[in-house]
Amino acid sequence: MDRERLSGYDAVIIGGGCVGTAIAWYLSRYDIRICLVEKESDISEGTTKANSGIVHAGYDPLPGSLKATLNVRGNSLIHQLAQQLSLDFRPNGALVIAFSAEDVRTLEGLLERGRRNGVPGISILSRSEVLSREPNLSPGVQAALFLPTSGIICPFSLAYAFAENARDNGTEIRLREEVLSIQAAEGGFDVRTSRAVIRTRCVVNAAGLYADEVHAMAAGPGFSITPRRGEYVLLDKSEAGIVGSTIFQVPTAAGKGVLVTPTVHGNIMCGPDNIAAGGKDDLSTVGQGLAYVMASAARSVPSLDFRKVITSFAGLRAHPDSGDFIIGMPVPGFIDAAGIESPGLSASPAIGEMAGSMAAEYLGARRRRHVIEERKGIVRPASLPMEERRRLIASDPLYGNIICRCEEVSEGEIVEAIRRGAATLDGVKRRVRAGMGRCQSGFCMPRVMEILSRETGIPMEDICRNGEGSEVII
Amino acid sequence: MIDVIIIGGGAAGLAAAVACYDSGVRDILIIERGPELGGILGQCIHSGFGLHTFRQELTGPEYAYRFIDEVHRRGIRYVLDSMVLSISPHRVLYVNSRDGIVEEEAGAIILAMGCRERPRGALNIPGTRPAGIFSAGTAQRLMNIEGYGVGRRAVILGSGDIGLIMARRLTLEGAEVLAVAEIMPYSGGLKRNIVQCLDDFGIPLYLSHTVVDIRGKRRVEGVTIARVDGNRKPIAGTEIGFSCDTLLLSVGLLPENELSAKAGIMLSPVTGGPVVDDLLETSADGIFAAGNALHVHDLVDYVSEEAAEAGRNAALYVRHGLPGAEGFVEVAPGHGVRYTVPQRIRRSSLKAMLRFRVSSVFHDADIVAESGGRELRRLHRRVMAPGEMERISIDGWSGDITIRIEEGR
Repeated sequence: MDRERLSGYDAVIIGGGCVGTAIAWYLSRYDIRICLVEKESDISEGTTKANSGIVHAGYDPLPGSLKATLNVRGNSLIHQLAQQLSLDFRPNGALVIAFSAEDVRTLEGLLERGRRNGVPGISILSRSEVLSREPNLSPGVQAALFLPTSGIICPFSLAYAFAENARDNGTEIRLREEVLSIQAAEGGFDVRTSRAVIRTRCVVNAAGLYADEVHAMAAGPGFSITPRRGEYVLLDKSEAGIVGSTIFQVPTAAGKGVLVTPTVHGNIMCGPDNIAAGGKDDLSTVGQGLAYVMASAARSVPSLDFRKVITSFAGLRAHPDSGDFIIGMPVPGFIDAAGIESPGLSASPAIGEMAGSMAAEYLGARRRRHVIEERKGIVRPASLPMEERRRLIASDPLYGNIICRCEEVSEGEIVEAIRRGAATLDGVKRRVRAGMGRCQSGFCMPRVMEILSRETGIPMEDICRNGEGSEVII
Repeated sequence: MIDVIIIGGGAAGLAAAVACYDSGVRDILIIERGPELGGILGQCIHSGFGLHTFRQELTGPEYAYRFIDEVHRRGIRYVLDSMVLSISPHRVLYVNSRDGIVEEEAGAIILAMGCRERPRGALNIPGTRPAGIFSAGTAQRLMNIEGYGVGRRAVILGSGDIGLIMARRLTLEGAEVLAVAEIMPYSGGLKRNIVQCLDDFGIPLYLSHTVVDIRGKRRVEGVTIARVDGNRKPIAGTEIGFSCDTLLLSVGLLPENELSAKAGIMLSPVTGGPVVDDLLETSADGIFAAGNALHVHDLVDYVSEEAAEAGRNAALYVRHGLPGAEGFVEVAPGHGVRYTVPQRIRRSSLKAMLRFRVSSVFHDADIVAESGGRELRRLHRRVMAPGEMERISIDGWSGDITIRIEEGR
């Protein structure tokens, strides 16, 4: 097949998750021509779409590792960027709770590790301090490591914010385009995709679960990425308030363990487990896994009511065999940002900075004179003061028409989500939460489909849940 | 200031409005979130509605229209595409495109918001999450209102009435329904629906079975069901696989009471609806409840009947005030009874209608109402099943009341 030949690019970023978009966001501050290529139908369709949504403080990674450095730096950047990029972020603090004397000793080790990693403000709280802060924790709790800089974030909002701001600063975003090969070419590389051959001076690999394959295309075999599955249950907003902080248990070799956390949108989430996945697209949940998640969560918070679960889901970790993030330039002009498992979401702005600077330096790029620093979020009428909400509806009546009753999402928000690139039901759901609530889209799905069809011109029969092959109507 | 505000313009809201008007209240407002009156009846295009009320077999839209017509004839006001944001005694806040945010004072409020379907997530069904998994009512809306097919080969989990109706509907539209799986040892739907929607079409009903796996990345590719033991846990080795593109869920209905909960109205953990007295007044002064928002009904005729009671009582409340309660007697569900509505009765009342559901299937059993060690009433039933609502009217109580099922007399 003859593909369209595109040239004149300085950087092609492969992957539209929080890492790829963060790199695009950072690089778009330079006076270069960038495009981001994503194989799925939307930004945030891979590991970014299903994870704990925690902005970790940085107590867990080994001192001196990239994970440690970039986590702590990323956490601080997210605090700084929250307003500028309208992130759905709340610094709610976290507790790592200990149930035994041995756990308490582990906490002391974590405190020391956290200090060495440069995590600000951490301390160990006594049993009574812990329980006065979080009265619904198990009475068996002995002490806790307190992490004031830990926060919760809507992971999609981070990727959308980076992508939208990058686009405002000139980055081209190409969706539904899979990278098939990368070849050295005059002045750089030819990136052959399912739709085009893109000539570029440099390539950044942020391909998540597939980063090992993309690496091999340009630099030969290097590392390997294994998918590790994590399962979650999400509880109704009626359960909000059972915990205010993010509650971790003492980590084990398998990771940070099952957490219980509020989400920025007011639900309670429990998870994840950590098991080998059947493949890089294996997002199935298994009965045993969910049972384990609920039992572990109940160890931290015994009064959790799992009859209030509104959905369960699984996400995949891009686990590298090296054990640490892989960020570097194995061949001139080809940059890896790979093996980004937890705390990858927290670290993503710092990864953007680090991998982006490598690319900028390699390209000898100069800063743009005019940069749009601010990205505005989609206006949410339900959270506006009454008078502002009235004015908004008066100026655009669509904001008065509630489509998703559970999350109180108006037609105006859905139309704006579509204007910003949502082309599927999931795209709308992740941007404005229509269908994310307790009825799980039972009522609003047909109406969202109609609005999608009306606004995009896609016939109803072709409206997808999340990309080709997931058509709703047969 | 509006005399009576009714939240919801479906079966319950319409009947409440008509009865309220006929009891002398002229200033009534129905607030409906959908684009037309009639609620979920609009998508229930099968027949079987109104046998009790009109002695006729009507379709859902026909049944709704009988009441919509009465509402129009009386000039009762309503607003459409309008979402109530919050309520409190004598105050309702709602939003729509035309008027923005409106705050109304109300003499009395009737909660008639209906119910919603339990989603997949509430069941923790393992497997993937592809397109092609619908709650039965969503599929019904896509087919009957929008006119689209939702699948060619389907498995249905749950034998609630909507699931049964949809089994027939899919079949009539040329799809193949491979199985209906029900986790309980009995169906959650009406007997007549089992016969008319499954048996007549040769669709197998697997009792004591549930879905244990869903396959498919983008679209459903297959579903596995398995038999469950007495604790509803799947039994290994009993799996049956189906290759299909669609899974419909009809696994229960939940009264919609987020507004009630936010207003601090006491809810029953069993029904999911407000706790009410025999006048259908909730724990909040001047706020009444009826229909599926109060508890899930099997027949719309009973929704209309109950909602009319709420309409009349709300009228009484705003015109003359309710008679003093003089305290309450409690109604306790005894053996074989899952819940009753109302849950309590005003001491000042002389008689009351109790609606309830049994907790399992009973053959040749009696419904017994007792108070203060004395039998108030006994009704014989040939069959009672959890899928069908029972009713008993009682009087002459001396204290707290128990309703129980007595077998083998």
